Amino acid sequence: MWVERKEQAQAGVSRNCCACYSCNGAGFCITQVKMCTREDVSHMSGLQLKGLTKRFGNFTAVDNVGLAVPHGTFVCLLGPSGCGKTTLLRMIAGLEEPSQGAVFLDGKDITHLPTHKRNFGMVFQSLALFPHLTVGENIAYPLRIRGVDRKTQQERVKELLALVQLPGYAHRSISQLSGGQRQRVAIARALAHAPSLFLLDEPLSALDAKLREAMQMELRQLQQKLGITTIVVTHDQREAMTMADLVVVMGDGRIRQAAPPIEIYRKPADAFVAGFIGSTNLLEVEVEGAGRVVALGQPIPGLSLPDGMNKALVSIRPEDVRLQKNTENAIAGKISFIRDLGGTIEIFIDVGGTMITTVAPPRARSDIQPGANVGVVLPAESCVVLKQ
Amino acid sequence: MKREPPRKLTDYAPLIFPAIMLIVFFVIPFSTMITVSFFRRQQGGFYTPEFVVDNYARFLSPFFGGVLGFSLILAVLVALICVGVAFPFTYALTRTRQRVQVIWLIALLSILSLSEVIIGFAWSTLLSRTAGITNILVIAGLMSEPQALLPGFGAVLTGMVYQALPYTVLVLYPSLIRLDPSLLEAARTLGASPVRGFFNIVIPVQRNTIVATFILVFVFALGSYLLPQILGRPQHWTLSVLITDQAIYQSNMPFAAAMAVFLVLISLALVGLTVLVGGRREAIG
Repeated sequence: MWVERKEQAQAGVSRNCCACYSCNGAGFCITQVKMCTREDVSHMSGLQLKGLTKRFGNFTAVDNVGLAVPHGTFVCLLGPSGCGKTTLLRMIAGLEEPSQGAVFLDGKDITHLPTHKRNFGMVFQSLALFPHLTVGENIAYPLRIRGVDRKTQQERVKELLALVQLPGYAHRSISQLSGGQRQRVAIARALAHAPSLFLLDEPLSALDAKLREAMQMELRQLQQKLGITTIVVTHDQREAMTMADLVVVMGDGRIRQAAPPIEIYRKPADAFVAGFIGSTNLLEVEVEGAGRVVALGQPIPGLSLPDGMNKALVSIRPEDVRLQKNTENAIAGKISFIRDLGGTIEIFIDVGGTMITTVAPPRARSDIQPGANVGVVLPAESCVVLKQ
Repeated sequence: MKREPPRKLTDYAPLIFPAIMLIVFFVIPFSTMITVSFFRRQQGGFYTPEFVVDNYARFLSPFFGGVLGFSLILAVLVALICVGVAFPFTYALTRTRQRVQVIWLIALLSILSLSEVIIGFAWSTLLSRTAGITNILVIAGLMSEPQALLPGFGAVLTGMVYQALPYTVLVLYPSLIRLDPSLLEAARTLGASPVRGFFNIVIPVQRNTIVATFILVFVFALGSYLLPQILGRPQHWTLSVLITDQAIYQSNMPFAAAMAVFLVLISLALVGLTVLVGGRREAIG
């Protein structure tokens, strides 16, 4: 395969490609540390998971997962703890043998290929930096393994440290670094050998909130710069929304929904996804005579349920719920609690025992008083009918 | 949390009991031994309190020097083999399921509970011509006739390694079970085969543990007294055997004391050297 690439690269050297054929199909060039734009080398079918299943005794951690990840995509595996996302990532990395199913990379079955022959880069939750090596030696380790000469190793280390914004840190020991710096070193090390797939297992969970947000954006920018296919495991939905091209929401070992972040947010597939991504109002609706759909005793004009459905669960985001002073053509409710966060105001409205959440901008502050009677309007276009 | 240093005399109160124990059971006997080592021996009797260095002078003969050298080499060999075998074994053990680990640890503890005498005689039977393991090899067709594998250096080494191995595993276990498994996994994702990762990462990370275990097993093996006598020829006897011989059978307490002091000093020097060489790269992480 390597030779084949070499021939391909030599045959069609374009002005964008350095013909170093080190991209190994990933479109990521080891010498230039940037996206290799040669069409014929880089753009193949990407990563494919087919019916991937992992059982530990009686417990099914990952259940029949199928997914196609095109090259250069940033994927977030999102889900609550214990949903099987880490196990799925470890199966992709080859650290866990699947009980069933297969992993394909560029059309090649790599299900049983040992981890060290896969040429992937992985950042572990514990970071797993080698404590007996310096920063530079850590980053050079994958190159040392591959027999790269010392001078190239040093150049590459310098390059990567610049990439993760830690120039001049090569001779520091790991114990001298802060949490965020260790994070960057782990990322640099995982990228040193120009991996065809970049895997990260809850990489930012050990950082404090502020640093985490900064690193999320940095990681996303880095991925866009390198154009490398990246899969991140996270339980933080904000993290997933910030970074991903494709969010894969997992629950109970299965994929609940795989879609771009905004689609996941606007059109959640089921109650699990709707509840996991952001906050939402889940309301039961019923079809009454003449096809009118009624929620909390008030018809929602323009909303219809799929054929054959009489009852359904509807999700509506707080920012889509409208408030009005009178209760004409609206659901009558009473403001029970206000949480003023400065930038936004969260309003909790009691509607006959059901709590509906909405948000208001700061300029509406004077209009909102606890205990006030208000009318709640649920616009049909914002209501998402969930699968049962 | 930083503790305040003791200021008043009463702050040292918790130390009184251990200090007394240490003085009564360690400092006094050891001082007595050092003192006795300079006394003059009374032929056919005991010793007279005089200050002479004859005992040490006598020790500096080729014979005793040879025995000391042999004892040290034997202890080093035992420690090397034990650490060399026990480290990969313990590492593999810590990666197995908990139940498997418990069974192995119980088995190892039960070997540790055997006395040196039982181990010695068990191995002398196992290595004998009439009932030994060579008979199995003969049945398997690998040997033409059974052989006695003892007495000899190999037999002494085998017995001592057998005795020290469970000890080595139990010393290594706590440190290896705490080793983050993702270190080796990281090495694997970076392109190292599991074997290469073991040598590149696991062993260097565990360097201090390996050095400490080596020293412990070395000291443990240095005190071996029965096994060399049961499984070896007189030239395989260690200094401990000679010390016992001098103290109990020759009634030459001053000379025995001098040898013991010398053995302690040499072992301390060797341990110091090992720490200096092995632990040069200071504790990491």
